[in-house]
Amino acid sequence: MNIDKIFKAGLFLAGFITMLLIIASFISLLIESIPAIKAFGIRFLTSSTWDPVLEEFGFLPFFIGTLLTSIMALLISIPFSLAVSLFLSEYFKSGIISKILNYATDLLSGIPSVIYGFWGLFVLMPVVRYIEMKLGIIPYGVGILTASLILSIMIIPFSSSVAREVIRLVPSDIKEAAYSMGATHFEVIRKIILPYSKSGIFAGIMLAFGRALGETMAVTMVIGNANRIPKSLFEPGNTLASVIANEFAEASSDIHLSALIELGLLLFIVTLIINFAGSLVIKRFEIEK
Amino acid sequence: MKNNIGKRIFLNHLFKVLIISLSLFTIIPLFLILYHIVKNGISVIDFEFFIRLPKPPGEEGGGILHSLVGTLILVIIAFIIATPLGIFTGVFLAEVKDRFSNNLRFLINIIQGIPSIVIGILVYIWIVIPMGGFSAFAGGVALAIMMLPVVIKSTEETIKMIPDTLKEASYSLGVNYTRTILKVVIPSGFGGIASGLIVAISRVAGETAPLLFTAFGSSFLNVNPFKPIDALPLLVFNYAMSLYESWHRIAWGASFVLLVFVLILNVLVKIAGAKWRTRF
Repeated sequence: MNIDKIFKAGLFLAGFITMLLIIASFISLLIESIPAIKAFGIRFLTSSTWDPVLEEFGFLPFFIGTLLTSIMALLISIPFSLAVSLFLSEYFKSGIISKILNYATDLLSGIPSVIYGFWGLFVLMPVVRYIEMKLGIIPYGVGILTASLILSIMIIPFSSSVAREVIRLVPSDIKEAAYSMGATHFEVIRKIILPYSKSGIFAGIMLAFGRALGETMAVTMVIGNANRIPKSLFEPGNTLASVIANEFAEASSDIHLSALIELGLLLFIVTLIINFAGSLVIKRFEIEK
Repeated sequence: MKNNIGKRIFLNHLFKVLIISLSLFTIIPLFLILYHIVKNGISVIDFEFFIRLPKPPGEEGGGILHSLVGTLILVIIAFIIATPLGIFTGVFLAEVKDRFSNNLRFLINIIQGIPSIVIGILVYIWIVIPMGGFSAFAGGVALAIMMLPVVIKSTEETIKMIPDTLKEASYSLGVNYTRTILKVVIPSGFGGIASGLIVAISRVAGETAPLLFTAFGSSFLNVNPFKPIDALPLLVFNYAMSLYESWHRIAWGASFVLLVFVLILNVLVKIAGAKWRTRF
Protein backbone atom coordinates (compact mmCIF):
# COMPACT_ATOMS: atom_id res chain seq x y z
CA MET A 1 0.00 0.00 0.00
CA ASN A 2 2.67 2.41 1.09
CA ILE A 3 4.95 1.40 -1.75
CA ASP A 4 2.15 2.03 -4.25
CA LYS A 5 1.72 5.55 -2.97
CA ILE A 6 5.43 6.23 -3.34
CA PHE A 7 5.43 4.70 -6.81
CA LYS A 8 2.45 6.76 -7.93
CA ALA A 9 4.11 9.86 -6.55
CA GLY A 10 7.20 8.90 -8.55
CA LEU A 11 5.16 8.62 -11.75
CA PHE A 12 3.61 12.00 -11.06
CA LEU A 13 7.05 13.44 -10.36
CA ALA A 14 8.29 12.32 -13.78
CA GLY A 15 5.32 13.97 -15.45
CA PHE A 16 5.82 17.05 -13.31
CA ILE A 17 9.52 17.34 -14.25
CA THR A 18 8.63 17.06 -17.94
CA MET A 19 5.97 19.74 -17.55
CA LEU A 20 8.43 21.91 -15.66
CA LEU A 21 11.01 21.52 -18.46
CA ILE A 22 8.53 22.70 -21.07
CA ILE A 23 7.32 25.69 -19.07
CA ALA A 24 10.83 26.61 -17.91
CA SER A 25 12.04 26.64 -21.52
CA PHE A 26 9.66 29.43 -22.44
CA ILE A 27 10.38 31.40 -19.26
CA SER A 28 14.17 31.03 -19.60
CA LEU A 29 14.12 32.29 -23.17
CA LEU A 30 11.93 35.21 -22.12
CA ILE A 31 14.14 36.16 -19.15
CA GLU A 32 17.34 36.01 -21.16
CA SER A 33 15.85 38.14 -23.96
CA ILE A 34 14.79 40.90 -21.57
CA PRO A 35 18.00 42.96 -22.03
CA ALA A 36 17.42 42.99 -25.79
CA ILE A 37 13.69 43.63 -25.44
CA LYS A 38 14.43 46.56 -23.11
CA ALA A 39 17.13 47.99 -25.35
CA PHE A 40 15.34 47.76 -28.69
CA GLY A 41 11.67 47.26 -27.90
CA ILE A 42 9.46 47.16 -30.95
CA ARG A 43 12.34 48.37 -33.14
CA PHE A 44 13.70 44.82 -32.94
CA LEU A 45 10.76 43.65 -35.04
CA THR A 46 10.87 46.45 -37.61
CA SER A 47 14.56 47.18 -38.11
CA SER A 48 16.39 45.59 -41.00
CA THR A 49 19.85 46.25 -39.60
CA TRP A 50 21.75 43.54 -37.75
CA ASP A 51 25.13 44.86 -36.79
CA PRO A 52 26.91 43.31 -33.80
CA VAL A 53 29.71 45.90 -34.00
CA LEU A 54 27.39 48.92 -33.72
CA GLU A 55 25.14 46.88 -31.40
CA GLU A 56 22.09 47.52 -33.56
CA PHE A 57 19.80 44.53 -33.87
CA GLY A 58 16.68 43.97 -35.97
CA PHE A 59 15.18 40.64 -36.90
CA LEU A 60 13.63 41.54 -40.24
CA PRO A 61 16.43 40.17 -42.48
CA PHE A 62 16.19 36.76 -40.80
CA PHE A 63 12.42 36.74 -40.63
CA ILE A 64 12.21 37.42 -44.36
CA GLY A 65 14.98 34.91 -45.05
CA THR A 66 13.17 32.25 -43.02
CA LEU A 67 9.82 32.90 -44.71
CA LEU A 68 11.36 32.95 -48.19
CA THR A 69 13.28 29.69 -47.80
CA SER A 70 10.43 27.84 -46.04
CA ILE A 71 7.69 28.94 -48.43
CA MET A 72 9.86 28.27 -51.48
CA ALA A 73 10.73 24.83 -50.10
CA LEU A 74 7.04 24.09 -49.54
CA LEU A 75 6.08 25.21 -53.04
CA ILE A 76 8.78 23.02 -54.56
CA SER A 77 8.03 19.99 -52.43
CA ILE A 78 4.21 19.94 -52.50
CA PRO A 79 3.81 18.42 -56.01
CA PHE A 80 6.34 15.73 -55.17
CA SER A 81 5.01 14.85 -51.74
CA LEU A 82 1.43 14.78 -53.02
CA ALA A 83 2.51 12.54 -55.88
CA VAL A 84 4.32 10.20 -53.49
CA SER A 85 1.32 9.97 -51.19
CA LEU A 86 -1.09 9.30 -54.08
CA PHE A 87 1.35 6.79 -55.52
CA LEU A 88 1.50 4.87 -52.24
CA SER A 89 -2.13 5.17 -51.22
CA GLU A 90 -3.98 4.93 -54.57
CA TYR A 91 -1.87 3.63 -57.43
CA PHE A 92 0.54 1.12 -55.92
CA LYS A 93 -0.66 0.10 -52.49
CA SER A 94 1.62 -2.89 -52.33
CA GLY A 95 4.37 -4.52 -54.32
CA ILE A 96 8.05 -4.02 -54.79
CA ILE A 97 7.97 -0.46 -56.22
CA SER A 98 5.88 0.90 -53.38
CA LYS A 99 8.16 -0.84 -50.88
CA ILE A 100 11.17 0.85 -52.45
CA LEU A 101 9.50 4.26 -52.48
CA ASN A 102 8.31 3.79 -48.94
CA TYR A 103 11.78 2.87 -47.79
CA ALA A 104 13.31 5.74 -49.76
CA THR A 105 11.16 8.36 -48.05
CA ASP A 106 12.01 6.75 -44.70
CA LEU A 107 15.68 7.06 -45.56
CA LEU A 108 15.22 10.70 -46.61
CA SER A 109 13.88 11.52 -43.17
CA GLY A 110 16.66 9.53 -41.49
CA ILE A 111 19.62 11.31 -43.08
CA PRO A 112 21.15 13.80 -40.61
CA SER A 113 20.68 17.40 -41.65
CA VAL A 114 24.40 18.13 -41.53
CA ILE A 115 24.86 15.57 -44.33
CA TYR A 116 22.22 17.33 -46.42
CA GLY A 117 24.11 20.54 -45.85
CA PHE A 118 27.46 19.02 -46.75
CA TRP A 119 26.06 17.46 -49.91
CA GLY A 120 24.30 20.71 -50.76
CA LEU A 121 27.50 22.67 -50.34
CA PHE A 122 29.68 20.41 -52.47
CA VAL A 123 27.25 19.06 -55.08
CA LEU A 124 24.20 21.30 -55.36
CA MET A 125 25.96 24.64 -54.81
CA PRO A 126 28.25 24.31 -57.87
CA VAL A 127 25.21 23.46 -60.01
CA VAL A 128 23.35 26.56 -58.82
CA ARG A 129 26.49 28.65 -59.37
CA TYR A 130 26.78 27.32 -62.92
CA ILE A 131 23.15 28.27 -63.60
CA GLU A 132 23.75 31.73 -62.14
CA MET A 133 26.77 32.23 -64.40
CA LYS A 134 24.70 31.22 -67.42
CA LEU A 135 21.99 33.66 -66.36
CA GLY A 136 24.60 36.40 -66.04
CA ILE A 137 23.97 37.25 -62.38
CA ILE A 138 26.50 37.32 -59.57
CA PRO A 139 27.39 33.65 -59.08
CA TYR A 140 27.23 33.31 -55.31
CA GLY A 141 26.20 29.67 -55.54
CA VAL A 142 25.06 29.81 -51.95
CA GLY A 143 21.85 31.63 -51.12
CA ILE A 144 18.09 31.50 -50.66
CA LEU A 145 17.49 29.29 -53.70
CA THR A 146 20.08 26.67 -52.75
CA ALA A 147 18.76 26.56 -49.19
CA SER A 148 15.17 26.18 -50.44
CA LEU A 149 16.13 23.33 -52.74
CA ILE A 150 17.85 21.40 -49.93
CA LEU A 151 14.95 22.11 -47.56
CA SER A 152 12.40 20.90 -50.10
CA ILE A 153 14.13 17.51 -50.30
CA MET A 154 14.28 17.29 -46.51
CA ILE A 155 10.59 18.00 -45.85
CA ILE A 156 9.05 15.70 -48.48
CA PRO A 157 8.83 12.75 -46.03
CA PHE A 158 6.92 14.80 -43.45
CA SER A 159 4.11 16.10 -45.65
CA SER A 160 3.86 12.91 -47.70
CA SER A 161 3.51 10.57 -44.72
CA VAL A 162 0.61 12.57 -43.23
CA ALA A 163 -1.08 12.95 -46.62
CA ARG A 164 -0.72 9.22 -47.26
CA GLU A 165 -2.43 8.36 -43.99
CA VAL A 166 -5.40 10.67 -44.53
CA ILE A 167 -5.86 9.56 -48.15
CA ARG A 168 -6.02 5.97 -46.90
CA LEU A 169 -8.79 7.00 -44.53
CA VAL A 170 -11.14 8.04 -47.36
CA PRO A 171 -14.03 5.55 -47.07
CA SER A 172 -14.05 3.13 -49.94
CA ASP A 173 -17.84 3.20 -50.34
CA ILE A 174 -17.88 6.79 -51.61
CA LYS A 175 -14.98 6.01 -53.93
CA GLU A 176 -16.82 2.95 -55.22
CA ALA A 177 -19.99 5.00 -55.63
CA ALA A 178 -18.07 7.39 -57.88
CA TYR A 179 -16.54 4.53 -59.87
CA SER A 180 -19.98 2.97 -60.35
CA MET A 181 -21.13 6.25 -61.88
CA GLY A 182 -18.41 5.81 -64.47
CA ALA A 183 -15.81 8.18 -63.04
CA THR A 184 -12.19 7.62 -64.03
CA HIS A 185 -9.48 7.12 -61.43
CA PHE A 186 -8.29 10.69 -62.00
CA GLU A 187 -11.81 12.04 -61.46
CA VAL A 188 -12.21 10.04 -58.26
CA ILE A 189 -8.94 11.50 -56.98
CA ARG A 190 -9.79 15.05 -57.97
CA LYS A 191 -13.45 15.15 -56.98
CA ILE A 192 -13.63 12.69 -54.07
CA ILE A 193 -10.28 11.94 -52.50
CA LEU A 194 -8.62 15.36 -52.52
CA PRO A 195 -11.67 17.29 -51.24
CA TYR A 196 -12.26 14.66 -48.57
CA SER A 197 -8.71 14.65 -47.29
CA LYS A 198 -7.75 18.28 -47.88
CA SER A 199 -7.66 19.29 -44.23
CA GLY A 200 -5.40 16.36 -43.39
CA ILE A 201 -3.14 17.14 -46.32
CA PHE A 202 -3.03 20.73 -45.14
CA ALA A 203 -2.03 19.57 -41.64
CA GLY A 204 0.85 17.59 -43.15
CA ILE A 205 1.95 20.66 -45.06
CA MET A 206 1.86 22.70 -41.84
CA LEU A 207 4.00 20.06 -40.16
CA ALA A 208 6.51 20.26 -43.01
CA PHE A 209 6.40 24.05 -42.83
CA GLY A 210 7.26 23.91 -39.11
CA ARG A 211 10.22 21.66 -39.92
CA ALA A 212 11.42 24.01 -42.63
CA LEU A 213 11.20 27.06 -40.36
CA GLY A 214 13.42 25.53 -37.71
CA GLU A 215 15.82 23.53 -39.83
CA THR A 216 19.28 24.73 -38.94
CA MET A 217 22.36 22.91 -40.15
CA ALA A 218 21.56 22.28 -43.80
CA VAL A 219 20.40 25.88 -44.22
CA THR A 220 23.37 27.35 -42.34
CA MET A 221 25.78 25.56 -44.65
CA VAL A 222 24.31 26.72 -47.96
CA ILE A 223 22.53 30.03 -47.37
CA GLY A 224 25.63 32.22 -47.49
CA ASN A 225 25.20 33.94 -44.11
CA ALA A 226 24.50 37.52 -45.12
CA ASN A 227 22.76 39.62 -42.49
CA ARG A 228 20.70 41.67 -44.91
CA ILE A 229 17.33 41.38 -46.56
CA PRO A 230 17.83 39.33 -49.75
CA LYS A 231 16.78 41.23 -52.85
CA SER A 232 16.42 38.15 -55.01
CA LEU A 233 16.25 34.40 -54.62
CA PHE A 234 19.80 34.09 -55.85
CA GLU A 235 21.25 36.26 -53.09
CA PRO A 236 22.77 34.98 -49.88
CA GLY A 237 20.78 35.57 -46.72
CA ASN A 238 20.23 34.12 -43.28
CA THR A 239 17.37 32.53 -41.39
CA LEU A 240 16.48 32.85 -37.71
CA ALA A 241 17.98 29.44 -37.03
CA SER A 242 21.09 29.89 -39.17
CA VAL A 243 22.10 33.24 -37.68
CA ILE A 244 21.84 31.74 -34.18
CA ALA A 245 23.98 28.79 -35.26
CA ASN A 246 26.54 31.15 -36.78
CA GLU A 247 26.88 33.84 -34.15
CA PHE A 248 25.85 32.35 -30.82
CA ALA A 249 29.11 30.75 -29.75
CA GLU A 250 31.09 33.85 -30.73
CA ALA A 251 28.64 36.50 -29.56
CA SER A 252 30.68 39.66 -29.03
CA SER A 253 28.71 41.15 -26.15
CA ASP A 254 25.93 40.42 -23.68
CA ILE A 255 23.43 42.43 -25.69
CA HIS A 256 24.39 40.51 -28.84
CA LEU A 257 23.76 37.23 -27.00
CA SER A 258 20.47 38.52 -25.65
CA ALA A 259 19.37 39.61 -29.14
CA LEU A 260 20.21 36.14 -30.46
CA ILE A 261 18.19 34.55 -27.65
CA GLU A 262 15.29 36.86 -28.55
CA LEU A 263 15.53 35.49 -32.10
CA GLY A 264 15.37 32.02 -30.55
CA LEU A 265 12.30 33.02 -28.55
CA LEU A 266 10.56 34.33 -31.68
CA LEU A 267 11.44 31.14 -33.57
CA PHE A 268 10.11 29.12 -30.62
CA ILE A 269 6.81 31.03 -30.63
CA VAL A 270 6.35 30.84 -34.40
CA THR A 271 6.93 27.08 -34.54
CA LEU A 272 4.64 26.57 -31.52
CA ILE A 273 1.84 28.39 -33.34
CA ILE A 274 2.38 26.44 -36.56
CA ASN A 275 2.49 23.09 -34.71
CA PHE A 276 -0.56 24.04 -32.68
CA ALA A 277 -2.51 24.89 -35.83
CA GLY A 278 -1.39 21.66 -37.48
CA SER A 279 -2.34 19.51 -34.50
CA LEU A 280 -5.76 21.19 -34.28
CA VAL A 281 -6.49 20.27 -37.89
CA ILE A 282 -5.32 16.69 -37.34
CA LYS A 283 -7.44 16.42 -34.20
CA ARG A 284 -10.54 17.64 -36.05
CA PHE A 285 -9.82 15.12 -38.75
CA GLU A 286 -9.66 12.31 -36.22
CA ILE A 287 -13.03 13.30 -34.80
CA GLU A 288 -14.62 13.51 -38.27
CA LYS A 289 -13.39 10.05 -39.10
CA MET B 1 -20.57 13.66 -71.65
CA LYS B 2 -20.19 11.09 -74.39
CA ASN B 3 -17.98 13.20 -76.61
CA ASN B 4 -15.60 13.70 -73.75
CA ILE B 5 -14.86 10.07 -73.04
CA GLY B 6 -11.67 10.06 -75.06
CA LYS B 7 -10.48 13.19 -73.34
CA ARG B 8 -11.35 11.85 -69.89
CA ILE B 9 -9.49 8.61 -70.46
CA PHE B 10 -6.55 10.54 -71.82
CA LEU B 11 -6.52 12.81 -68.75
CA ASN B 12 -6.72 9.75 -66.54
CA HIS B 13 -3.64 8.22 -68.14
CA LEU B 14 -1.80 11.52 -68.20
CA PHE B 15 -2.37 11.99 -64.47
CA LYS B 16 -1.14 8.49 -63.69
CA VAL B 17 2.02 9.07 -65.69
CA LEU B 18 2.50 12.40 -63.94
CA ILE B 19 2.13 10.87 -60.47
CA ILE B 20 4.50 8.02 -61.27
CA SER B 21 7.16 10.24 -62.76
CA LEU B 22 7.00 12.81 -59.94
CA SER B 23 7.22 10.01 -57.38
CA LEU B 24 10.19 8.39 -59.03
CA PHE B 25 11.84 11.78 -59.40
CA THR B 26 11.65 12.14 -55.61
CA ILE B 27 14.05 9.24 -55.19
CA ILE B 28 16.73 10.84 -57.36
CA PRO B 29 18.12 13.25 -54.71
CA LEU B 30 18.31 10.35 -52.25
CA PHE B 31 20.35 8.27 -54.67
CA LEU B 32 22.56 11.24 -55.52
CA ILE B 33 23.25 11.91 -51.83
CA LEU B 34 23.99 8.26 -51.11
CA TYR B 35 26.14 8.01 -54.23
CA HIS B 36 28.31 11.03 -53.42
CA ILE B 37 28.71 10.13 -49.76
CA VAL B 38 29.67 6.54 -50.56
CA LYS B 39 31.94 7.43 -53.48
CA ASN B 40 33.85 10.21 -51.71
CA GLY B 41 33.65 8.62 -48.29
CA ILE B 42 34.81 5.10 -48.91
CA SER B 43 38.11 6.12 -50.48
CA VAL B 44 39.13 7.91 -47.26
CA ILE B 45 38.22 5.12 -44.93
CA ASP B 46 40.67 2.54 -43.75
CA PHE B 47 41.46 1.07 -40.36
CA GLU B 48 43.67 4.04 -39.46
CA PHE B 49 40.74 6.38 -40.00
CA PHE B 50 39.00 4.94 -36.95
CA ILE B 51 41.95 4.82 -34.56
CA ARG B 52 43.86 8.02 -35.36
CA LEU B 53 43.37 11.57 -34.12
CA PRO B 54 43.11 14.46 -36.59
CA LYS B 55 46.23 16.01 -38.10
CA PRO B 56 46.79 19.74 -38.60
CA PRO B 57 45.23 21.16 -41.78
CA GLY B 58 47.25 20.51 -44.89
CA GLU B 59 48.78 17.28 -43.65
CA GLU B 60 47.35 14.14 -45.18
CA GLY B 61 45.89 11.35 -43.10
CA GLY B 62 44.55 11.52 -39.63
CA GLY B 63 41.39 10.01 -38.24
CA ILE B 64 38.22 10.66 -36.38
CA LEU B 65 38.70 8.63 -33.20
CA HIS B 66 38.01 11.62 -30.97
CA SER B 67 34.61 12.32 -32.51
CA LEU B 68 33.59 8.65 -32.52
CA VAL B 69 34.35 8.48 -28.80
CA GLY B 70 32.60 11.82 -28.35
CA THR B 71 29.41 10.75 -30.09
CA LEU B 72 29.39 7.55 -28.04
CA ILE B 73 29.77 9.47 -24.75
CA LEU B 74 27.13 12.04 -25.71
CA VAL B 75 24.62 9.36 -26.67
CA ILE B 76 25.28 7.43 -23.44
CA ILE B 77 24.75 10.56 -21.31
CA ALA B 78 21.55 11.38 -23.22
CA PHE B 79 20.33 7.80 -22.89
CA ILE B 80 20.94 7.71 -19.14
CA ILE B 81 18.99 10.93 -18.62
CA ALA B 82 16.15 10.43 -21.09
CA THR B 83 15.33 6.76 -20.47
CA PRO B 84 14.02 6.83 -16.87
CA LEU B 85 12.33 10.23 -17.22
CA GLY B 86 10.83 9.34 -20.60
CA ILE B 87 9.57 5.89 -19.61
CA PHE B 88 8.09 7.06 -16.32
CA THR B 89 6.42 10.06 -17.92
CA GLY B 90 5.04 7.74 -20.62
CA VAL B 91 3.66 5.34 -17.99
CA PHE B 92 2.23 8.32 -16.12
CA LEU B 93 0.40 9.54 -19.25
CA ALA B 94 -0.96 6.06 -19.96
CA GLU B 95 -2.03 5.34 -16.38
CA VAL B 96 -3.30 8.62 -15.04
CA LYS B 97 -6.26 10.34 -16.66
CA ASP B 98 -6.77 13.82 -15.33
CA ARG B 99 -6.50 17.40 -16.51
CA PHE B 100 -2.82 17.63 -15.69
CA SER B 101 -1.90 14.60 -17.78
CA ASN B 102 -4.09 15.80 -20.66
CA ASN B 103 -2.38 19.17 -20.66
CA LEU B 104 1.02 17.51 -20.45
CA ARG B 105 0.25 15.27 -23.41
CA PHE B 106 -0.89 18.27 -25.41
CA LEU B 107 2.25 20.25 -24.54
CA ILE B 108 4.51 17.32 -25.46
CA ASN B 109 2.78 17.03 -28.84
CA ILE B 110 3.35 20.67 -29.57
CA ILE B 111 6.89 20.78 -28.21
CA GLN B 112 7.96 17.92 -30.47
CA GLY B 113 8.60 20.16 -33.44
CA ILE B 114 10.62 22.79 -31.57
CA PRO B 115 13.76 23.57 -33.59
CA SER B 116 16.80 21.79 -32.19
CA ILE B 117 18.80 25.01 -32.20
CA VAL B 118 16.41 26.43 -29.58
CA ILE B 119 17.19 23.45 -27.35
CA GLY B 120 20.85 24.35 -27.77
CA ILE B 121 20.11 27.87 -26.47
CA LEU B 122 18.15 26.48 -23.51
CA VAL B 123 20.90 24.14 -22.42
CA TYR B 124 23.39 26.97 -22.84
CA ILE B 125 21.28 29.04 -20.41
CA TRP B 126 20.61 26.18 -17.99
CA ILE B 127 23.94 24.38 -17.92
CA VAL B 128 26.76 26.02 -19.87
CA ILE B 129 26.50 29.41 -18.13
CA PRO B 130 26.14 28.06 -14.54
CA MET B 131 28.92 25.51 -15.08
CA GLY B 132 31.18 28.08 -16.61
CA GLY B 133 31.90 26.39 -19.93
CA PHE B 134 31.03 24.03 -22.74
CA SER B 135 30.94 20.36 -21.76
CA ALA B 136 30.01 16.87 -22.91
CA PHE B 137 27.48 16.84 -20.10
CA ALA B 138 25.68 19.89 -21.52
CA GLY B 139 25.66 18.27 -24.97
CA GLY B 140 24.24 15.07 -23.51
CA VAL B 141 21.47 16.99 -21.75
CA ALA B 142 20.57 18.77 -25.00
CA LEU B 143 20.31 15.42 -26.81
CA ALA B 144 18.31 13.97 -23.90
CA ILE B 145 15.74 16.77 -24.20
CA MET B 146 15.46 15.99 -27.91
CA MET B 147 14.94 12.28 -27.12
CA LEU B 148 12.27 12.82 -24.48
CA PRO B 149 9.13 13.37 -26.62
CA VAL B 150 9.90 10.30 -28.74
CA VAL B 151 10.49 8.05 -25.71
CA ILE B 152 7.43 9.37 -23.87
CA LYS B 153 5.09 8.94 -26.84
CA SER B 154 6.26 5.44 -27.76
CA THR B 155 6.05 4.31 -24.12
CA GLU B 156 2.56 5.76 -23.72
CA GLU B 157 1.29 4.16 -26.94
CA THR B 158 2.77 0.79 -25.97
CA ILE B 159 1.43 0.77 -22.41
CA LYS B 160 -2.03 1.75 -23.66
CA MET B 161 -2.06 -1.32 -25.90
CA ILE B 162 -1.55 -3.71 -23.01
CA PRO B 163 -4.96 -5.14 -22.09
CA ASP B 164 -6.44 -4.51 -18.66
CA THR B 165 -7.01 -8.24 -18.21
CA LEU B 166 -3.27 -8.69 -17.82
CA LYS B 167 -3.18 -6.15 -15.00
CA GLU B 168 -6.29 -7.60 -13.44
CA ALA B 169 -4.78 -11.08 -13.48
CA SER B 170 -1.79 -9.69 -11.65
CA TYR B 171 -3.93 -7.90 -9.08
CA SER B 172 -6.00 -11.03 -8.50
CA LEU B 173 -2.85 -12.84 -7.47
CA GLY B 174 -2.42 -10.23 -4.78
CA VAL B 175 0.37 -8.35 -6.54
CA ASN B 176 0.42 -4.66 -5.71
CA TYR B 177 0.26 -1.80 -8.23
CA THR B 178 3.98 -1.06 -8.20
CA ARG B 179 5.02 -4.62 -8.98
CA THR B 180 2.24 -4.96 -11.54
CA ILE B 181 3.58 -2.00 -13.48
CA LEU B 182 7.26 -2.85 -13.07
CA LYS B 183 7.06 -6.64 -13.48
CA VAL B 184 4.02 -7.15 -15.72
CA VAL B 185 3.10 -4.05 -17.70
CA ILE B 186 6.51 -2.63 -18.61
CA PRO B 187 8.05 -6.04 -19.49
CA SER B 188 5.06 -6.87 -21.72
CA GLY B 189 5.59 -3.62 -23.55
CA PHE B 190 9.35 -4.06 -23.71
CA GLY B 191 9.45 -4.29 -27.53
CA GLY B 192 7.57 -1.08 -28.13
CA ILE B 193 9.51 0.83 -25.50
CA ALA B 194 12.87 -0.48 -26.73
CA SER B 195 12.20 0.38 -30.35
CA GLY B 196 11.07 3.84 -29.24
CA LEU B 197 14.43 4.25 -27.51
CA ILE B 198 16.33 3.19 -30.63
CA VAL B 199 14.29 5.60 -32.77
CA ALA B 200 15.14 8.38 -30.33
CA ILE B 201 18.85 7.52 -30.40
CA SER B 202 18.92 7.39 -34.19
CA ARG B 203 17.32 10.85 -34.24
CA VAL B 204 19.82 12.46 -31.93
CA ALA B 205 22.97 10.64 -33.06
CA GLY B 206 23.06 12.81 -36.19
CA GLU B 207 22.05 16.06 -34.52
CA THR B 208 24.43 18.98 -34.83
CA ALA B 209 22.52 22.14 -33.97
CA PRO B 210 21.95 21.46 -30.26
CA LEU B 211 25.64 20.58 -29.82
CA LEU B 212 27.07 23.75 -31.38
CA PHE B 213 27.16 25.68 -28.13
CA THR B 214 26.82 22.89 -25.61
CA ALA B 215 29.35 20.15 -26.44
CA PHE B 216 31.08 22.72 -28.69
CA GLY B 217 33.57 20.33 -30.31
CA SER B 218 37.23 19.64 -29.71
CA SER B 219 40.14 18.29 -31.67
CA PHE B 220 41.47 16.24 -28.79
CA LEU B 221 40.49 12.87 -27.47
CA ASN B 222 38.43 13.60 -24.40
CA VAL B 223 36.54 11.31 -22.04
CA ASN B 224 35.95 13.86 -19.28
CA PRO B 225 32.23 14.72 -19.32
CA PHE B 226 32.93 18.21 -17.99
CA LYS B 227 35.17 19.25 -20.87
CA PRO B 228 34.14 20.17 -24.42
CA ILE B 229 33.83 17.13 -26.63
CA ASP B 230 33.62 16.45 -30.36
CA ALA B 231 30.88 14.52 -32.14
CA LEU B 232 30.67 13.05 -35.64
CA PRO B 233 28.09 15.55 -36.94
CA LEU B 234 30.00 18.46 -35.41
CA LEU B 235 33.16 17.26 -37.12
CA VAL B 236 31.38 17.02 -40.48
CA PHE B 237 30.11 20.58 -40.04
CA ASN B 238 33.40 22.11 -38.95
CA TYR B 239 35.51 20.29 -41.53
CA ALA B 240 33.06 20.91 -44.36
CA MET B 241 33.03 24.63 -43.64
CA SER B 242 36.84 24.82 -43.42
CA LEU B 243 39.01 25.86 -46.33
CA TYR B 244 41.31 22.85 -46.34
CA GLU B 245 41.04 20.22 -49.01
CA SER B 246 42.41 17.52 -46.68
CA TRP B 247 39.75 18.32 -44.08
CA HIS B 248 37.00 18.11 -46.71
CA ARG B 249 38.15 14.56 -47.47
CA ILE B 250 37.94 13.66 -43.78
CA ALA B 251 34.46 15.19 -43.70
CA TRP B 252 33.34 12.89 -46.54
CA GLY B 253 34.69 9.90 -44.67
CA ALA B 254 33.04 11.02 -41.43
CA SER B 255 29.72 11.60 -43.27
CA PHE B 256 29.90 8.07 -44.59
CA VAL B 257 30.51 6.66 -41.10
CA LEU B 258 27.69 8.80 -39.65
CA LEU B 259 25.29 7.79 -42.42
CA VAL B 260 26.05 4.08 -42.00
CA PHE B 261 25.65 4.42 -38.23
CA VAL B 262 22.27 6.15 -38.51
CA LEU B 263 21.03 3.76 -41.20
CA ILE B 264 22.02 0.73 -39.11
CA LEU B 265 20.01 2.18 -36.22
CA ASN B 266 17.05 2.63 -38.59
CA VAL B 267 17.27 -0.98 -39.70
CA LEU B 268 17.54 -2.04 -36.05
CA VAL B 269 14.30 -0.21 -35.35
CA LYS B 270 12.58 -2.12 -38.16
CA ILE B 271 13.93 -5.47 -36.94
CA ALA B 272 13.14 -4.71 -33.30
CA GLY B 273 9.68 -3.54 -34.27
CA ALA B 274 8.97 -6.75 -36.16
CA LYS B 275 10.53 -9.09 -33.62
CA TRP B 276 9.24 -7.65 -30.36
CA ARG B 277 5.98 -6.30 -31.64
CA THR B 278 3.64 -5.71 -28.74
CA ARG B 279 0.56 -7.70 -29.71
CA PHE B 280 -2.43 -8.78 -27.73
